[in-house]
Amino acid sequence: MARMKFLCDADRCIECNACVTACKNEHEVPWGINRRRVVTINDGKPGERSVSMACMHCTDAPCAAVCPVKCIYPTDDGVVLHSKDLCIGCGYCFYACPFGAPQYPKLGNFGSRGKMDKCTYCAGGPEADGSKEEFAKYGANRLAEGKLPLCAEMCSTKSLLAGDGEIIAQIYKERVLKRGYGSGAWGWSTAYRETIAT
Amino acid sequence: MRRAQTGIHGLVGALAVALLLVFSFPLHAQQPTSVNPDANAVTEQQLLQELNKIQGRGTLPDTRSNVIVHPAGRDWRHFQEVTLPWIGGIAILGMLVLLVAFYLIRGMVRIQSGRSGRTLVRFNAFERFMHWMTATCFIILGLTGLNITFGRELLLPLMGAEAFSTWSEWAKYAHNFLSFPFTLGVILIFLTWLAGNIPNKVDVQWLKEGGGIVGHRHPPAYRFNAGQKMVYWIVVLGGGLVAASGYMLMFPFYLTDISGMQTAQVVHGVVAVLFVAVMLAHIYIGTIGMEGAFEAMGNGSVDVNWAREHHKLWLEEVQKGEARRDVRHVATPAE
Repeated sequence: MARMKFLCDADRCIECNACVTACKNEHEVPWGINRRRVVTINDGKPGERSVSMACMHCTDAPCAAVCPVKCIYPTDDGVVLHSKDLCIGCGYCFYACPFGAPQYPKLGNFGSRGKMDKCTYCAGGPEADGSKEEFAKYGANRLAEGKLPLCAEMCSTKSLLAGDGEIIAQIYKERVLKRGYGSGAWGWSTAYRETIAT
Repeated sequence: MRRAQTGIHGLVGALAVALLLVFSFPLHAQQPTSVNPDANAVTEQQLLQELNKIQGRGTLPDTRSNVIVHPAGRDWRHFQEVTLPWIGGIAILGMLVLLVAFYLIRGMVRIQSGRSGRTLVRFNAFERFMHWMTATCFIILGLTGLNITFGRELLLPLMGAEAFSTWSEWAKYAHNFLSFPFTLGVILIFLTWLAGNIPNKVDVQWLKEGGGIVGHRHPPAYRFNAGQKMVYWIVVLGGGLVAASGYMLMFPFYLTDISGMQTAQVVHGVVAVLFVAVMLAHIYIGTIGMEGAFEAMGNGSVDVNWAREHHKLWLEEVQKGEARRDVRHVATPAE
């Protein structure tokens, strides 16, 4: 089994937000929720970099560790999924997440956040693969169809990579070698407790 | 002639350019020839070392999304997964073990001189209502709160995922909404019993004698002894802290950012489990721990002999007051 990961090569990201749009459209993500976003660091200064960030599908995910009802679970591919049927909307996953990935449909006063929503790595949820129920709650299940997450597939500069962690790490390594620089595999040390040696 | 002039001009110009080049060349040579401006970027490691979080400019209205890496969540996770269950487990189970051991060794503290049969009012109806409103809320808040920390290990395997989720959701709503009467109760307790709970010299003596818990001596006390005063201040200060931190969790991100939310939860969790442990001792001494104590909050009056043994100075105050009232009553001219 492959261990699926995301890698954003910030030296290639042009902040076009196609990943954000692709994600919203593919999964029919409701207003106010963004499973992926692009943030620009040192905006307007020399050496500015943009990073596309979503759920990183951490190894030993902190959100799963703190969920009081254990509704978050890893799949065999290392994708972190959750059950909206079990979620009680306590907000703890957001406090634990280093990437600000969990989102809630409502404001959250009086604990009324609603069911947590986050990037599923285009892998749906606990419902039957490709079912209507699954789509309504979690969006498309591309992984079950043998496809990779749409955000990475749509990326015009191939900055955002998705796939087997070892393969995308290798691609990134080769890029850094060839061009002579790399600002790092953003989030990897925090999510996977490893960095890509270049 | 004109040609020659332009020729000279051209020569001078060329010389100037050549000079410029000669002088500027060493400056140029100092820099590496293969500078790549694209490579002058901040690296992730560098940013994390500087700030321990990475943020930039995003395009979403929700500014929280501008932080892309915030490893502090890891520490909070450790607190939630390891620290809090240990603190709570040791405090609550430790207190239960202590109380059981104490009961087995000491047994119920009896009224040594027996019951006199005469009673006097200790807590009026309003005080009892206030106490029981706070107490009922506290028990439900305590259980539903402990469910968040311990439920997934203790109840989830017994109840199954669906039932546990349903129960936890209701528990969460109960926890949120009962916080209001609880807070009101803490405020009323603070105001109503403040006068009787200012520490004084008698408390020092009471504490020196260990409150008479060990042995059979009864250090004198006014309406509230030093132990009760401690419970009062734990309720007022601890209750104030859990309420304040709880409302921060209930109205997330109004007053603070994610670090503040994590801190609020840490304060809420630690104070709450210690609060539960202390209240177990309070419940013990108010029920099976001491004969004649429960009535004070039950029907409001206590036996005079109980009052003499545990709150001698209070009894004297009350009796003096009654005597004065009687005198006044007698002095009222009959018509």
